[in-house]
Amino acid sequence: MKEKLEQLRATLKSELDQATDPQTLENLRVSYLGKKGCITDLLKGMKSLSNEEKKSFGQMVNQLKQQAAESIQKRSQELKELEIKREIERMPEFDLTIPVKEERGSYHPITLVQRECERIFTTMGFNVEDYPEVVTDYECFEAVNVPKNHPARDMQDTYYLENGELLKSQTSAAQNAILKKYGPQLKEKGMPIRAIFPGRCFRNEATDATHENTFFQMEGVMVDKNISISNLIYFMKTMLSEVFQKDIKVRLRPGFFPFVEPGFELDISCLICGGDEGCPSCNHSGWLELCPCGMIHPEVLKEGGIDPEEYTGFAFGLGLTRLAMMKYGIKDIRDLNSGSLKVMSQFTDDK
Amino acid sequence: MFLSMNWIKDFVDLSGLDELSLINQFSLSTAEVENDIQFKGSELSGVVVAEIKSVENHPESKKLHLLKVDIGAEELVDVVCGAPNVRVGMKTAFAKVGAKIGEIEITPRPLAGYMSCGMCCSEKEIGISDDHSGIMEITDDIALGTDIKDVYAIDDIVFEVDNKSLTNRPDLWSHYGIAREFAAIAKRPLKALDFDDLTAYDKLPKVDMKIEDPLCYRYSCLQFENISRNVSPVNMRIRLYYCGMRAINFLADMTNYLMLEMGQPMHAFDSRKVENIRIKRFDQDFTFQTLDGVERNIDPETLMICNGDTPVAIAGIMGGLDSEIVEDTHTLTLESATFDATSIRKSTVRLSHRTDSSMRYEKSLDPELTTAAIARFVYLLKQYDGGVEVVSSLTDDYAYHYPEVTLSFDKAYVDRYTGIAIDNDTIVSTLERLGFTVSVSGDDFEVTVPSWRATKDVTIKADIIEEITRIYGYDNFEIHTATAPLFPTRPEPVKKDEDNVKDILVKRYALHELHSYVWNYADELKELGIANIGEIKLKNASNPNIETIRKTMIPTQLCQVRSNIGYAPSFGIFEVGRVVSGMTDDNLCIENKILGITLYQKGSDVRSLYFRLKAMIENLVDELKHKKVSFEKIAAKYDYEHPTNLNAVIVDGRVIGRIGIVHPVVMKKIDKRASIVFAEIDMDRFAAIANNSIVYSEPSKFPSIEIDLSFVTARFAPIKEAIEAENCELIKSVEVIDIYEDEENSSIAVRLTFSDNTRTLTRDEVVTVSEAIIEDLDKQGIRLKG
Repeated sequence: MKEKLEQLRATLKSELDQATDPQTLENLRVSYLGKKGCITDLLKGMKSLSNEEKKSFGQMVNQLKQQAAESIQKRSQELKELEIKREIERMPEFDLTIPVKEERGSYHPITLVQRECERIFTTMGFNVEDYPEVVTDYECFEAVNVPKNHPARDMQDTYYLENGELLKSQTSAAQNAILKKYGPQLKEKGMPIRAIFPGRCFRNEATDATHENTFFQMEGVMVDKNISISNLIYFMKTMLSEVFQKDIKVRLRPGFFPFVEPGFELDISCLICGGDEGCPSCNHSGWLELCPCGMIHPEVLKEGGIDPEEYTGFAFGLGLTRLAMMKYGIKDIRDLNSGSLKVMSQFTDDK
Repeated sequence: MFLSMNWIKDFVDLSGLDELSLINQFSLSTAEVENDIQFKGSELSGVVVAEIKSVENHPESKKLHLLKVDIGAEELVDVVCGAPNVRVGMKTAFAKVGAKIGEIEITPRPLAGYMSCGMCCSEKEIGISDDHSGIMEITDDIALGTDIKDVYAIDDIVFEVDNKSLTNRPDLWSHYGIAREFAAIAKRPLKALDFDDLTAYDKLPKVDMKIEDPLCYRYSCLQFENISRNVSPVNMRIRLYYCGMRAINFLADMTNYLMLEMGQPMHAFDSRKVENIRIKRFDQDFTFQTLDGVERNIDPETLMICNGDTPVAIAGIMGGLDSEIVEDTHTLTLESATFDATSIRKSTVRLSHRTDSSMRYEKSLDPELTTAAIARFVYLLKQYDGGVEVVSSLTDDYAYHYPEVTLSFDKAYVDRYTGIAIDNDTIVSTLERLGFTVSVSGDDFEVTVPSWRATKDVTIKADIIEEITRIYGYDNFEIHTATAPLFPTRPEPVKKDEDNVKDILVKRYALHELHSYVWNYADELKELGIANIGEIKLKNASNPNIETIRKTMIPTQLCQVRSNIGYAPSFGIFEVGRVVSGMTDDNLCIENKILGITLYQKGSDVRSLYFRLKAMIENLVDELKHKKVSFEKIAAKYDYEHPTNLNAVIVDGRVIGRIGIVHPVVMKKIDKRASIVFAEIDMDRFAAIANNSIVYSEPSKFPSIEIDLSFVTARFAPIKEAIEAENCELIKSVEVIDIYEDEENSSIAVRLTFSDNTRTLTRDEVVTVSEAIIEDLDKQGIRLKG
């Protein structure tokens, strides 16, 4: 019997070595350890043995049974590892230079620049406002101290509609409404008015690479007690440094706009040369004229229901179209309204 | 406007100061200086006054002459010269050997066989005029050999100020006004101008002159005779030329010179043509020939200077040809006047004729200037032409006086507005240098605005802040933040939704955001066979093609699709833009903020494209509002809409937009083998949808049971209704898993998922429900598929 046991052990070993797939291994397991397996058979053949022999032989069979189970398990593990190894080997290396077309959408560059500005302003406590494109003469001109005979009201600059309304020529057209909207909170709760209003503006002029009849501006106002020119400069510098992601210098020059007094033209140090040297992009001056701004004209405050003796404020108008062109190096302003997907599909999210 | 530093320095001593940095400071304190500053005379050296001693014809050339020239040296110089105006005894500008004229250095060189040791120069060559017809003729008594730059003011710094930055400053349209700014910036005194004393002529007869129209604020005139001078002094001509004007003759040059110096336009008439000056308008249109020879149409709005009833000049714009100074003019009438600025500007626009004079009048000139300019004119006239005789007394009708402007404020006001501390002395001295009269009492100021700033420019105390701060210098401001209490900001709902909608469309559905114009492009729509639909038109479109404001965005997007069909076999575009959908009872535009989406796809599977768009809309509403969308068939309103499958998009029972397919006629014009679908959503209505809060429901821990049912039908609606009719809480989801269509049959397979949160369901109870559904549908003739 003992020999038979040894013989079984040896056969199992060689059969295990030859088993190279999970099915063969499973068959092997059944033929040795199954209900009708040969090791089980050995136990069945013990009936003829004495109790003494039964005991020692039983132990040996159990030992064999255990060993067989372990070695089958071990072989099974080996085969699994071998299979993974083969699977890894079967995996070809991909050629990543092969282009893949995955559709993706695009934002209009104005949206990207506008969102960036809105983000900066909201972090500084500004509300973002929405305003119509068709406005009245009152909103666009009268309410912001553009007198009846001001050249800006001449027909050649503004698109008038048949009913006497007009397409807003400047985002300042929203100023009066904003002052009226937030004025009560300013007076009752001491909440400073801080608002920006981006929007499409229209000028009746011939278009070329640098002129469009349809463009975007973003107006901003802040009104409170004691808002000063010093605050305005601080604010513009801080905000524009954030917009351009670098520490920029600003300078103010007197500029005449009816809705502010004093009014300024704001220049920033050239983004290319930094302002020290002068370069072709700043016309060798070191400065770029960027946006008009100023202290809100007392008449504009008054028209918005705010007492100019008690409150002061500043306002500015950023050219979003200009910013987008500067940021992305767009040379022809007409590309922005061209509706060409070749041009516009390039602008993915740019946070 | 070009400005000469030499001229400015006539009125303010800037010695010891860097002129370039002053010009830069002027740009920061007053008005924008263009980058291109010119250094006149910097490229000219070695040019002297010389006299032509002999002139011989060149033996082989008709044009060339052989000259001997006296340059104040011991020996005469031989020169070959091609100028036609050479003559013996003529004095001219002579570039000696070694002289530099621009890039050229003068060397002795053979010219047509003769040595030429220098060059006689034209005025153009030395840069003082554009006259190149001959060599310069010098009539002044100057020692030969004198460097020309020592006698004529050729060296100068000339800079240009952007006219646009001077629109509100009538006083800055002159060198004297600019000099006042330099004086304030440099903190140097401004010199007073020299004037002739006009009271000396008070006993002479007056000119017959009368203002008959309120558009003329002041009219001053004076007559004189015996002007013998014809050519202006060289230095005057140089200044005019440097400032961009051509010298014409002495009298015309004088009026231009005065205009550039004091900002007051003037005009000289032949006195015979203006015996009784009347300033008025006419009732009817007529034509009038201005002195540039052009016939212009004059309408009843245009103010005219007349001799009785005969017009002789367009007020403030240009004189007439008939009253011009001519050869035999004996007596001159000099006009110096002020007119209504708006009237002049509007006349200029109507006539399409802008002049140096009208440009100044448009800015609201100071009427105080008229007589001062005449006094200055006479003073200079006498300097340059001793024989001049004044033959009338100063005749002056001052019809409209601007009110005097006096402003009061205190130090606290200045501090509050500026945010910095500027001391009282600085405030006073700055304002005084600018011509304001200031009286101070403690911290209270009272300021009288000078006449030249009081016509429209400085009217309120905030204007005074500008005067103080711009001279103080914005670069010198200490800057600090504003302090304010903290309050939360709340985004406008429509802005927030707009941002989110854009993100979903771009990032999930790979759509492209395009911009377009708010008007229809009539020609492009015509090509697509779409009517030019709009509620209102522009009154003054420069291009009739763009005069209709759009009522719907889709036509614009169809044009965009058409221009992009080569871009990709399928793409989708969108825009959040505006339309005018109608008019209110008060005839005001109803403007809507619209989301327009148009999807294009090669091939004829319009249904899949349509469902893709439907899914987008449902997802936008689900994700941003947690609400369900329903659709309702509507009739086509526009010619680009396919009458079938046009549906209103409804949320909470309110229509927020519509979805549809492009009409085959239009579609075929865009692309014969493609499908195009569109949707328009009103963003304001979208924003108004109340946002359902998220209701969390715990998923069941017990197994669910799925039952698949396939029905022979093409319509899902009855199936949906039958399922809903069961009103069974155990049905957790209904999913369409297959749609089958062939010529004869259609079928829809749905999967019902049942579950309960408290127990495991039995197959039997689920089957009971599904059988009820089957039975219900069977009654309607919808069979379960075998």
